[in-house]
Amino acid sequence: MAMSGMRGLSVFISDIRNCQNKEQERLRVDKELGNIRTRFKNEKALTPYEKKKYVWKMLYIYMLGYDVDFGHMEAVSLISAPKYPEKQVGYIVTSSLLNENHDFLRLAINTVRNDIIGRNETFQCLALTMVGNIGGREFAESLAPDVQKLLLSSSCRPLVRKKAALCLLRLYRKNPDVVNVDGWADRMAQLLDERDLGVLTSSMSLLVALVSNQHEAYWSCLPKCVKILERLARNQDIPQEYTYYGIPSPWLQVKTMRALQYFPTIEDPNTRRSLFEVLQRILMGTDVVKNVNKNNASHAVLFEALALVMHLDAEKEMMSQCVALLGKFIAVREPNIRYLGLENMTRMLMVTDVQDIIKRHQAQIITSLKDPDISIRRRALDLLYGMCDVSNAKDIVEELLQYLSTAEFAMREELSLKAAILAEKFAPDLSWYVDVILQLIDKAGDFVSDDIWFRVVQFVTNNEDLQPYAATKAREYLDKPAIHETMVKVSAYLLGEFGHLLGRRPGCSSKEIFNIIHEKLPTVSTATISILLSTYAKILMHCQPPDPELQSQIWAIFKKYESSIEVEIQQRAVEYFALSRKGAALMDILAEMPKFPERQSVLIKKAEDTEVDTAEPSAIKLRAQQQSQTSNALVVTDKSHANGAPLPVGQLSLVKMPSMSSNVDDITADPRLSQENGTLNEVDSPLPSADLLGDLLGPLAIEGPPSSSAHPQPSSNPGMEGAAVEATAIVPAGQQANTVQPIGNIAERFHALCVKDSGVLYEDPYIQIGIKAEWRAHHGHLVLFLGNKNTAPLMSVQALILPPTHLKIVLSLVPDTIPPRAQVQCPLEVTNLHPSRDVAVLDFSYKFGNDMINVKLRLPAVLNKFLQPITVSTEEFFPQWRSLPGPPLKLQEVVRGVRPLPLLEMANLFNSFHLIVCPGLDPNPNNLCASTTFYSESTRAMLCLVRIETDPADRTQLRMTVASGDPTLTFEMKEFIKEQLVNIPPASRVPPMQAAPMSPVAQPASAPPPAALNDPGAVLAALL
Amino acid sequence: MIRFILLQNRQGKTRLAKYYVPLEDSEKHKVEYEVHRLVVNRDPKYTNFVEFRTHKVIYRRYAGLFFSLCVDITDNELAYLECIHLFVEILDHFFSNVCELDLVFNFHKVYLILDEFILAGELQETSKKAIIERMGELEKLE
Repeated sequence: MAMSGMRGLSVFISDIRNCQNKEQERLRVDKELGNIRTRFKNEKALTPYEKKKYVWKMLYIYMLGYDVDFGHMEAVSLISAPKYPEKQVGYIVTSSLLNENHDFLRLAINTVRNDIIGRNETFQCLALTMVGNIGGREFAESLAPDVQKLLLSSSCRPLVRKKAALCLLRLYRKNPDVVNVDGWADRMAQLLDERDLGVLTSSMSLLVALVSNQHEAYWSCLPKCVKILERLARNQDIPQEYTYYGIPSPWLQVKTMRALQYFPTIEDPNTRRSLFEVLQRILMGTDVVKNVNKNNASHAVLFEALALVMHLDAEKEMMSQCVALLGKFIAVREPNIRYLGLENMTRMLMVTDVQDIIKRHQAQIITSLKDPDISIRRRALDLLYGMCDVSNAKDIVEELLQYLSTAEFAMREELSLKAAILAEKFAPDLSWYVDVILQLIDKAGDFVSDDIWFRVVQFVTNNEDLQPYAATKAREYLDKPAIHETMVKVSAYLLGEFGHLLGRRPGCSSKEIFNIIHEKLPTVSTATISILLSTYAKILMHCQPPDPELQSQIWAIFKKYESSIEVEIQQRAVEYFALSRKGAALMDILAEMPKFPERQSVLIKKAEDTEVDTAEPSAIKLRAQQQSQTSNALVVTDKSHANGAPLPVGQLSLVKMPSMSSNVDDITADPRLSQENGTLNEVDSPLPSADLLGDLLGPLAIEGPPSSSAHPQPSSNPGMEGAAVEATAIVPAGQQANTVQPIGNIAERFHALCVKDSGVLYEDPYIQIGIKAEWRAHHGHLVLFLGNKNTAPLMSVQALILPPTHLKIVLSLVPDTIPPRAQVQCPLEVTNLHPSRDVAVLDFSYKFGNDMINVKLRLPAVLNKFLQPITVSTEEFFPQWRSLPGPPLKLQEVVRGVRPLPLLEMANLFNSFHLIVCPGLDPNPNNLCASTTFYSESTRAMLCLVRIETDPADRTQLRMTVASGDPTLTFEMKEFIKEQLVNIPPASRVPPMQAAPMSPVAQPASAPPPAALNDPGAVLAALL
Repeated sequence: MIRFILLQNRQGKTRLAKYYVPLEDSEKHKVEYEVHRLVVNRDPKYTNFVEFRTHKVIYRRYAGLFFSLCVDITDNELAYLECIHLFVEILDHFFSNVCELDLVFNFHKVYLILDEFILAGELQETSKKAIIERMGELEKLE
C-alpha cells in the first residue's frame, strides 16, 4: 500500500478511519478544523509545506461531507506560490472547493493568466486544467485568446495542447463568442490533421461542441472526420497504446461519429462512399465476444454507427440492417445491450418511418416492461409510447394500465401521464378515452396530476354524445367502497353537470346521486368540498320538479358551511344558498358550463416541454424536429366559444360571481380563460402621445432641449450629415437639474425606429443620438450620430454594444470626447447569424461637468429589418405552403387578446414590417396571407409564409400559421408577429381605436407605461 | 459531457468527487447521497445505467467501490462505461494492484491522475502509457 508523502495528513486520515462512530469522527474533524483555523490566522508563521498539508486536510474533510467555510483564501493563495508542489495543491484544491461563481476565483485570474502565458510548461498545464474544470464567463473573456494560442502553437508539447483544446471547449461553453473569430474554422480543420491521438481526441470534443451549434462554418472538417474514422476503423497507423482491447481508440471513433451527426448531409459522393464503407464494416463486423470490456467497447462504436446511419438516412438496405440488429438486441439477455437496443429503437422511431417493422417486436418489448431492472422498464415504456398509434393504442394502453398496479412509485406518475396522452391521442372512440382516464384515477389516483382530470372534463363538456356515458361511469365508480379523492372530484363534477341526463336509470335520481356523493364529504379535503358544494347547487337546480326534502337537506349543508373557516367554502355556501332561493333565476346562473375553447392539450405540452439538459443539443432531436408530424391529438371542439360573448352584461356579471369563476379556475388550469370572462371593466386604448411622433420621425438633427429652445429645429432641415453644426440650437445647459432626464419616451423612439430606418434613438439636454440604417440581406450598415448640444465638451464618451448571440456587431471607434456643438458619426456593422427576436443593447455613457450619465438603449436591429418584401402569386404560394408539412416548419397558434384591428389596418401593419400581404390570395375575405424573405447567415435567403385567419365575430382572437424552411425561423417569426398583434407599439401609425373591451392579458401590454415593463428588451436594458 | 464523477464505497463514503458543473456545497452533498442510494442496491445483473434527474449515471462496481459518472442523456453509455474501466486500469497500474486504502491515503494523487485523464468533463487522454509517464514526470517535481 502506497502511503502519502505527508505524515501529518496520513495520521489524520488514519485517525478518521479509526473513529468508531459518526460522532467521534465529527469530534476529530472539528478538532482538526479548529487547529487549521488557528494556524491559518498566523499565516506568516506557516511554511509552504505546512500550508500545503493543511489545505489537503481541508479537502479531505470537505470530501467527507463536512462544511469547510474558511481557508478558501489560503487555497487560492497557494496558486501564486513560486514552487510547483504548493502551486499544484493550490490549483487542485481550489478547483475542488470552489466553483465558477465563487468570488475568490476572480482574484486568481491574473496569476492564472501569467501561468498560461509563461514559459513553465508544468504551470501552463496546472492553469489550463483549473480553467478547463471550473473556469466561468470571466475567464472565457480574459483568457480565450491565450488558450487558443497554446492550442495552435507548434512549439508546445501535445501534453499542453490537448489541455488547451478542452480548456477552450469549456470557455466556449461559457461564452460561444470566444471562438467567433474569422478563420477559426480553418484552424479547426488543421487541428484534425494532428498525429498525436491525445490532442486529436481533445480536439474532436471541441469540434463536436462547435458543429452542434453551427455546422455551416465547419464543412471543411467533414472529409477530415471521415478520414480519421477510416484510419481508426482500419487500424492504420494507430499506436498500440491507443488501442483498447484490440480496438483502436473506441472513444475517438465515437466522438468522430458524433461530430458527423451534426452535418445535415454529406454531399461529396466520394466522402459519402468512404463513410458508408466504414459504417457497413462496423455494422457487419461487430461480433459478441467473451471479454466484457472488449464487447462494451466494440458495441459503443456500433451503437454510435447506428445513430450515424439513422442520421444519414442511409439507403433502405442499411436501415433495415439496423432495424434487424436492434431487433436482435432487444431480445438478448445481456442487460446493457438490451437497454441500448430499446433506447435506439425509440430514437429510430423519431427519425424514420419504421413503425411497422418495430411493431412486430411489440410482444418482446412488453416483456421488457416487466423486467426487474427499472432502467430497462423505463426504456421499454419510452419505446411503447413512441411506437403507439391508432392500430395498437388499445393494446399498449391496456398493458400500461395493467403495469400501473404493480409499478413502483418512481414510475407511476410518468406512466399515468403517458397512458393519458396515448389515450387522448389515439382513442378509437371517446368513451374508451373516458374509460382509460377513470381507470387511471382509480388505480393510481395519487399519481394522476390535476391536468389529467381537467382534460377529461374538457372532453366531456365539449362532446355532448359523451356526457351520458361519462355520467354513468362516474356513478358506477362512486359505488366502489374506497375511491381516491381525485375520483370524488371528477365524479362529483361530472354528475353535477350531467347527472340529470341519467334521470330515469335506477339509482340515478337527484336524491340518490346527492346521497352517494355526500357520503364522501366527511373524508375529503377542503378543495374537494368546494367542488361538492357546486355539485349540490347544480343538483338542486336540475331537480325538477323541486324535491322539498332534498332542498332542505342541501340548504342545511349550505347553512352549515356558511361559517366555514375556509373562505372559498364559506363564500360558495353563502352564495349558493342565496342563489338557490331565487327560484327560476337559478336556472340561468347555474346553467351548464360553456364549452372550452380549443387548445393544445396541457398534457402533451407537458410531455413535449420536458427539458433535457445536455452540453450539446441532441443531433437526433434536431433532426426529429424537422420530421415530426402534426400531433394527432383529439381536438376539443369549440362551437360555443362565440356564444359566450353576446350575453347581456347584467347576466354576465352574475355568472362571474367570484365563487363561480374560481370554479372555472379549478377545472381549466388556464387562469387566462377565467380572467377573460371575469373582467368587465373597459380599458381605454392608449392614444399615441401628441405630436411627439412627428418630431421623432422628422429629419435627424441636433436640437436644444425643447423646454428652453429659442429656435426650434425646422422640420424641413435636410441635414443628416452636414447640417449638424449650424443647425444646433444653443442653450446654456447650466440651469439643468443634476439628474438628467431623457427627452421623449425612449421606448417609443425605439418602436418607431423598428419600422423606420432613420430617426432619433435617444435625447437628453446634453446629447442627441440619432441613427440611420441601411439593410441589405443579412447585413446592416448603421451610423450612430452623436451630437453634443452644448457649448461645453462631453467627456469620457463610451459606447459598448451588448449583442445577442445571433448578431455580430462591430462598432467603430467612438471618440472619448465630443467637442461643443459637434456631431460625430460612428458606423456600426451588423451581421445576422440566425433567426432570433433578441435585441442588441447599446450601453452608452458620457460625462458632462460632474455628471456621469449612463443609458442602456435597445438598438433597432430587430428581426423585421432582415426581411425583404416579396410578393408571391397563388401558383407559387400554395405549393410552397403545402410542401411545409407541419411542426416545426409550420406552426399554428390561436392568439387571444389581440388588439382588435380592421383587416385593412392589420394588412398595413404587416406591410410596415415587410411582411407583404398578398390580397386575394386567400378566398376567405376574413383571412390574410403574407410572404417575405428572411435573411441570416445560417438560413441564407429563406421564404417565409404567414396566414392569419380572423374571426369576424370576435376580433380579439385569430389563428395564425407561419411556415418556413427553418424551424427556428418559423418559431421566431410566429412569436414576432404575435408580439406585434398583441402589443402594438405606440409608434406604429395606427389610428386610435374606439374603446373596446380588452382581455386582461392584452390590457397591461397596451397601456404605455407598463408596456415598457412588459417588453423583455426594455427589462433587459433596465437590468444591464 | 461528464457532469460529475464520484467514487464511493458501499457505505456511501465519498473517496473522490469531481464536479465539472458548478454546484453549491449543499447540492453536492445531496447529489452524493442520492447517487449512492441509486446505485448501491442495484442487482449486479442489472444494466450499468440509471436515470438521475435529467441526466443519467453510468456506474460500475469494483469490489466495494462504486465509480459513477453522471453524463448527458444523449451520451454514449458504453463509451463512458469503458472510460470507467480504463480509469480503474490506470489506477491499478499506478498503485500496482489498487485497493480502496490506496485511494484513501493518496486521494490527492487520484485527483492528479483524474486531471490527466478527464478535463472539462471530456476525455483528455486514453493512453494508459501516456498518463503513467506523465505521473512519473510530476512525481519528480514534488
